[in-house]
Amino acid sequence: MAHAQDPILTPHPGSTITPEKVRDGIDLQINGRAYRHTGDPHMPLLWYLRDVLRLTGTKYSGEHGEGGYDLVLVNGKLASAIGTPMEQLEGKSVLTVEGLAAADGKLHPLQQAFVDEDAIGCGYCTPGWLMASLDLLNRHPQPSDSEIDQLPNLCRCGCQTRVRRAIKRAAKGGHA
Amino acid sequence: MSMDRDDAMRPSRRRFLQVLAGTAGALVVGIPFADAVDAPVPAALTGDTLYGLGAYVRIDADGNVIIGVRDPDTGTGTSTSLSRIIADELDADWNRVSTVPLGLGVDDDNGKPRFVYGHQTSGLGDSIPAAWADLREAGALARWLLLQAAARRLGAPADQLRCDAGNVVAPDGRRFGYGTLAEAASKIAPPDTPVPVKSPDRYTLIGQPAGDIDARAIVTGQAVYALDSYVGDALVAVLSHCPWPDGGVDSLDTADALAVKGVVKVVQLKPEPGVPLGQTVRAPAVAVLAENTWAALQGRARLKLQWKPGSQNESSAWFEQQATDLVNDKNAAPTARVRDDGDVDTAARKAARHVEATYVQPWLAHATPEPMNCLARIDKDHASLVVPTQSPQQAWQVVQRLTGLPPAQIAISVPRVGGGYGRRLDHDYVAEAVMLAKQVERPVKLMWTRDEDLAQDFYRSASIHKFSATLDGKRQVVSWNQRMASASALAQRGVPDNRLWTSEVDAHQLPAGLVPNLRSDWYALPSAMPRGPARGMPHTGNAFAVESFVDEIAHALKEDPLVTRLRLIGEPRVVPLGDGRTLDTGRLANVLKLVADRIEWKNWLRTVNGLGIACWHIGGAYVAHAVEASLQGERLNIERVVCAVDVGRVINPTGLEGQVAGATLDALSTTLNLSLSYKDSQVQQHNWKDYPLASMAQLPDTCEVIVVPGDRDPTGASFLAMPTAAPALANAVFRVSAVRVRRLPLLKEMLRML
Repeated sequence: MAHAQDPILTPHPGSTITPEKVRDGIDLQINGRAYRHTGDPHMPLLWYLRDVLRLTGTKYSGEHGEGGYDLVLVNGKLASAIGTPMEQLEGKSVLTVEGLAAADGKLHPLQQAFVDEDAIGCGYCTPGWLMASLDLLNRHPQPSDSEIDQLPNLCRCGCQTRVRRAIKRAAKGGHA
Repeated sequence: MSMDRDDAMRPSRRRFLQVLAGTAGALVVGIPFADAVDAPVPAALTGDTLYGLGAYVRIDADGNVIIGVRDPDTGTGTSTSLSRIIADELDADWNRVSTVPLGLGVDDDNGKPRFVYGHQTSGLGDSIPAAWADLREAGALARWLLLQAAARRLGAPADQLRCDAGNVVAPDGRRFGYGTLAEAASKIAPPDTPVPVKSPDRYTLIGQPAGDIDARAIVTGQAVYALDSYVGDALVAVLSHCPWPDGGVDSLDTADALAVKGVVKVVQLKPEPGVPLGQTVRAPAVAVLAENTWAALQGRARLKLQWKPGSQNESSAWFEQQATDLVNDKNAAPTARVRDDGDVDTAARKAARHVEATYVQPWLAHATPEPMNCLARIDKDHASLVVPTQSPQQAWQVVQRLTGLPPAQIAISVPRVGGGYGRRLDHDYVAEAVMLAKQVERPVKLMWTRDEDLAQDFYRSASIHKFSATLDGKRQVVSWNQRMASASALAQRGVPDNRLWTSEVDAHQLPAGLVPNLRSDWYALPSAMPRGPARGMPHTGNAFAVESFVDEIAHALKEDPLVTRLRLIGEPRVVPLGDGRTLDTGRLANVLKLVADRIEWKNWLRTVNGLGIACWHIGGAYVAHAVEASLQGERLNIERVVCAVDVGRVINPTGLEGQVAGATLDALSTTLNLSLSYKDSQVQQHNWKDYPLASMAQLPDTCEVIVVPGDRDPTGASFLAMPTAAPALANAVFRVSAVRVRRLPLLKEMLRML
């Protein structure tokens, strides 16, 4: 019995198009979705996020990641996106600020606390504060002031006192 | 902008609000800008495009309200505060309001630009005062039109109807959502005379707290800054600048850079001769253009580039020596006699007691979190740019000069800006992007790296203040002589020589009006280091010196510095200062007493911690800080900070608290740590490690903000809390350590003296 061949798998006899072979690359998860980076393995994660994926919540503010504007979590650990080349991320799971809220749009308690305390100046440093604060609360669910003092972030608008309030609010389950 | 036009030729200069039927039954109200009477209706208004509509209110048929915000939001809160001023007049439901940044509004007036939104500048503290003067009318007119539409539908007089949170309410209680009235309202002719704005007792949003309207977008990483903007085929440009503005390329080998995958081109840029600072390329540069940022950065790292030094080999140490020599030279004639009340020389000769002190403040950079960047697309007959600027009109001037395009063919959009602080009043980076886009004939996405940002800034000059004051037997300050030396931020910018002092010192600053014999002299210092506007200038530097010196006077009198200050301020009265400016001593004393009470100043003598206090006034607004500091060994802790402000009517208490706490922390951070040095005309600081904004650990845990209620027209507050934080801290440090800090940054000086 002759089976008709699957038309999708059989190129049209007249076609000159040959399917591209699957490219080798670095497989990783970002905010729960699978990606394969096929470009320069030395490219820092920051530029992959921003220039390739257009996930621009993670910010550039310096070549060495000082000031914490480019912080993300890699396998749950705080990492500088500009200091992490793609070649180190095979099989890893990256969380950026875009991945904090729930799929239905409900804000993460830290995000909600930053909104409730208006812990925002120009907002450029805010994603970095959120990621560093998330890491802090993961390690210390009820952080002391001196533990909050260890956050690496810099802010010229002076949002630090409001960020401190927001972290404490999030630690208390959203209550000021 | 329209100064050269003959107003008599205009049949009417009355304010004019454009009312249009938008798409899908929307009511669109454009903004009242003078001279707009015969302006053509912009084509965009008839379409679906939201951008380019004008500072406006748009009410859609579904009841959603969209408000355009004309002043860039650099973190100063204009998106929230300006839109709430309009929304209150409209009686809008704030939960249904969203905002869009307007970008530049420019029309073609016979080849000249007409900036149709009026005020469009951020960070000078005048966004709210300007909005108060004209933006309320837009909301009031929209409300009036909706009321007329409802009156026609109901067959009832409009004055029997009222508005409430997005509804017109009939006498019988029936409610009509604005959305259901928008289409009909859009067909009603506006009145000939302006619609009166609300009386304050009817405010529903003004004076009520509201968080940043963009907060949700910011915390979810969805807020788009200029650096987050892309167009399809733009090349990313990163630059290497010559350390000397008048230097140049000595040798350049681009082979290795061009060999990097993705690098497309290497282009040289030069400043245009004769163009004022900030409007052209700041220093010769080599730009590497590539398909993405990473390739561009690698390409730049592989440039074989040697710079040829320029004519300057200045050092910051030399500069300070010049400044010191000048203020100490009794025979040196001042560049400007800024103020000369009474007879200082005679009064000083007769005085019982003299106090003298000299204060030195360092060079500073802006250090904006978002580095300089610009996305530019330059086509033959149109230019389209995304610019992180505080002044879209000035950005436009640069683009127009470089492209020669007609005024309205230049579109400048300004998304939320990652910090301004005065740096983005200059547009050298816009000139670079335009030049590159023209040369490579592709859109260019230009980004400065942090090292370039610090090395290529328009800096705040170092300064020296030398004071001598004399006191009489009744502890009154009878003479005050201020000699200040600095390099003007306005030099090389087309400002006349006799106005160069205005960026350096305020003729009306304290203690003007309070001391009968008062002189303020300014001495211009030469420097080739490019300089420009800085946050809170000229108040921040002057307040540190003046308010530290008032404390030194108190110390000389062996009395409580609050007592000294209150005696100096005297009875509540309004003191004329000249130029139409006044000092309300009652309001000044009030903010001072408020912070004193809150920090429990009565313990000033007894507490082991140090208490410090300072006050200031800027353009009709009043501010005071009190600081409590402690010392553990060599570690300085700022235990408490209290700030009181009197800004007249408060638009948004939450926003105001944020601005006040933010400016306080910015000022403390700068005071504690920051200074720039340079040798051979090259800045020695390259990144955040060298130019360390304060960490969370160095800053106070809280900043207590006291807002004085008021009903005067609102003043700006974006930098109001900058000036007094530093002297209050230095005065607290003196109490706790006996070290009088007369040189900033404070920590370094305190540790040197301890």
